[in-house]
Amino acid sequence: MSVNFPHAALARLFDEVGPVDCVGIEERVAKYTTRSIKKASKLWGLKMAVSMVDLTTLEGKDTPGKIASLCQKALRPHDDPVVPQVAAVCVYPSMVRHAKKHVADSRVKVASVATAFPSGQAPLKTRLGEVRAAVADGADEIDMVINRGAFLAGEFAKMQDEIAAVVRACGDATLKVILEVSELETYDNIRAASFLAMRVIREGDFIKTSTGKTTLNATLGNNQVMLEAIRDFYLDTGTAVAMKPAGGIRTAKQALQFLIAVKETLGDAWLTNERYRFGASSLLNDLLRQIEKERTGAYQAPYYFSEAAESY
Amino acid sequence: MPTLAPEKKSTRSGRPAPELIFGDLWEFDPAPETANPKLKSRYDLFINGEFVAPKSGKYFDTINPANESKLAEIALGGAADVDAAYQAAQRAFNTTWGRMPGRERAKYLYRIARLLQDRAREFAVAETMDGGKPIKEARDFDVPMTAAHFFYHAGWADKLDYVAPGRRVAPLGVVGQVIPWNFPLLMCAWKLAPALAMGNCVVLKPAETTSITALKLAEIFQDAGLPPGVVNFVTGAGATGAAVMNHPIPAKIAFTGSTEVGKIILRSLAGTEKKMTLELGGKAANIVFDDAPIDQAVEGIVNGIFFNQGHVCCAGSRLLVHEPVADQVIAKLKQRIKVLRVGDPLDKNTDIGAINSQEQLAKITALVAIGVKEGAELFQPACRLPARGYYFRPTIFSGVSMSHRIAREEIFGPVLSILTFRTVDEAVEKANNTAYGLSAGVWTDKGSRILKMSTELKAGVVWANTYNKFDPTSPFGGYKESGFGREGGRQGLLDYCQLA
Repeated sequence: MSVNFPHAALARLFDEVGPVDCVGIEERVAKYTTRSIKKASKLWGLKMAVSMVDLTTLEGKDTPGKIASLCQKALRPHDDPVVPQVAAVCVYPSMVRHAKKHVADSRVKVASVATAFPSGQAPLKTRLGEVRAAVADGADEIDMVINRGAFLAGEFAKMQDEIAAVVRACGDATLKVILEVSELETYDNIRAASFLAMRVIREGDFIKTSTGKTTLNATLGNNQVMLEAIRDFYLDTGTAVAMKPAGGIRTAKQALQFLIAVKETLGDAWLTNERYRFGASSLLNDLLRQIEKERTGAYQAPYYFSEAAESY
Repeated sequence: MPTLAPEKKSTRSGRPAPELIFGDLWEFDPAPETANPKLKSRYDLFINGEFVAPKSGKYFDTINPANESKLAEIALGGAADVDAAYQAAQRAFNTTWGRMPGRERAKYLYRIARLLQDRAREFAVAETMDGGKPIKEARDFDVPMTAAHFFYHAGWADKLDYVAPGRRVAPLGVVGQVIPWNFPLLMCAWKLAPALAMGNCVVLKPAETTSITALKLAEIFQDAGLPPGVVNFVTGAGATGAAVMNHPIPAKIAFTGSTEVGKIILRSLAGTEKKMTLELGGKAANIVFDDAPIDQAVEGIVNGIFFNQGHVCCAGSRLLVHEPVADQVIAKLKQRIKVLRVGDPLDKNTDIGAINSQEQLAKITALVAIGVKEGAELFQPACRLPARGYYFRPTIFSGVSMSHRIAREEIFGPVLSILTFRTVDEAVEKANNTAYGLSAGVWTDKGSRILKMSTELKAGVVWANTYNKFDPTSPFGGYKESGFGREGGRQGLLDYCQLA
């Protein structure tokens, strides 16, 4: 068999990083959902989750006004001072400078999707230009999409070269590499793509599940595959890569289950927003609702915490 | 392939070797299951549809192995009680159950299954308190699987004409059954459901340390209106069991327990007309090839040996791992074990509960000491254990060879022995080189290898890329000294009937 055929490239990559059994991984993550987190441990988990949120708005109708209110929410999620600020606001490149104005003096970062998000189907030059523009406008973090077409065609070097070019374009900005798991389809592919990305990014950069723009986003299953890839890569190379599940995490209960996966797979060193983030918008208010419930012992009326991100 | 090398102290760059920290940054608060198990202070024998005191008037204590406190008094049944139970069963067989159409018997079995589902949490808590297993297993496995066995066999009761195509089936009559302490309620269902579906009546002896849920099941039989004498429970110890086995009435004896006791029973019944099924010990091989999905294999190894504290006859107690991946598998296994939570079985987050009895704890402790003495390398995580109660840390032994006692004897506890192999033939040879043959596991990404292994492994069940999976439709039983006869599925029913 010639090694130039894409099939051979995929087969060699799978041999190298090892396969994932679909039934087995789903059984593993089902155990996280039976963990029972109560009282102080629940409050700790909820506050940790708030501090890990990348509060996101990625809509065609985003305006400076919408960004302003999102930033206020990020800076002061709740009146209660025990509730921490979120990790970042995540916006389109054209909104970076507006967001930066509001959060510049705080620890809240500005993250921007770039590289022709969500499809990535633009010339590399255009994608890199977008990254540079966002960084120049003040973005602290760049969320890029990988070239799924290149991956699925077996052109791994191309996929990796593009990521490496984005790393250079980022300068000091942190990079988050979106695998878009729903387009990779299999757990084997998700594991393989995670390794390809991790080999060209820096310590502290992220791998991320999804854009949130397709039908299937972050699940406990693909989160687990990526956490295990990060663990194996870390133990092999000493380079600690961070993780960001995005899309589909709407409830506090889900967020706690994802955090339990982190605790039991990567351990205490990843229970920080330097190494784990939630890409979400409506999640934040459910976290706040549950924190308030833990504090007062009763749920607030539903209109206290809207489920629509528009109302931030 | 990414490698894990925790033994290495530093990397080439001089940095300390990367390690994961599983510390106390995020401790979980206690999360006890609070459903009321509705225990009585004293349990009598269940004979002829009623709770009756033992003729001797004697009772013994049953304790909670999680904290050594007394739960209840259990009647000590003697030969006279066993005889009364068999007379009641024979009467029920002659007058009601044996003559009832299958579709009528099915209604009772369905009713029992549904009543059990209604009281699932109560039964789960009782099972956990009496036996020490984690509540999440009692709740998610034992109780639902018990109901599933009654449902499945209820479905068969009116279709028995099709269980052996071309043959007619008839019940055997009265059967005697003795069950172990590892799955007290589930073993009741495995034994009772096929016997009852086929039209037999039963005298059953629960294990000495775990009688409570069987007697609670008797309450359900009363509520379901099961005719008196169809099922009788006689509680007690070894002597009671011997009386159940050696009574002249039963047409068949079914036993689940140790190979040692199985042999005694087999000797005592030699020369009689009684049919038998025996489900005995095991020393299953869980075989991991180098192309296996390693993380899922590690999860399967953990399920295989630490499920129910390793008190499982089909537990994957011998890990056979392909030499090229041995270090990697062992390193990942050690990491996985570090996050297992050992402690109060009633806590919903507990992964490993209490050892069933002081006696069993002593046996496990002794065998582990022998393993250390024979030169195997021991690893246990540094988890805290409760001050009272019978607990044992999850334990793995690496560097084990076939001549070690821990590789040959059934430990029946959370203790894994790890051996390595080089070729497929060597794996098969090592897996089959045991007196037992109850189960085996194969982990590989290659489908054809799974098929080859499943034909060559001498084991009643071979799991592929999974472990410890059970279903009422699937027959379960052993080769060699793991016993004979099958439980579950069509094959299980055939062991409770006469074919004509």
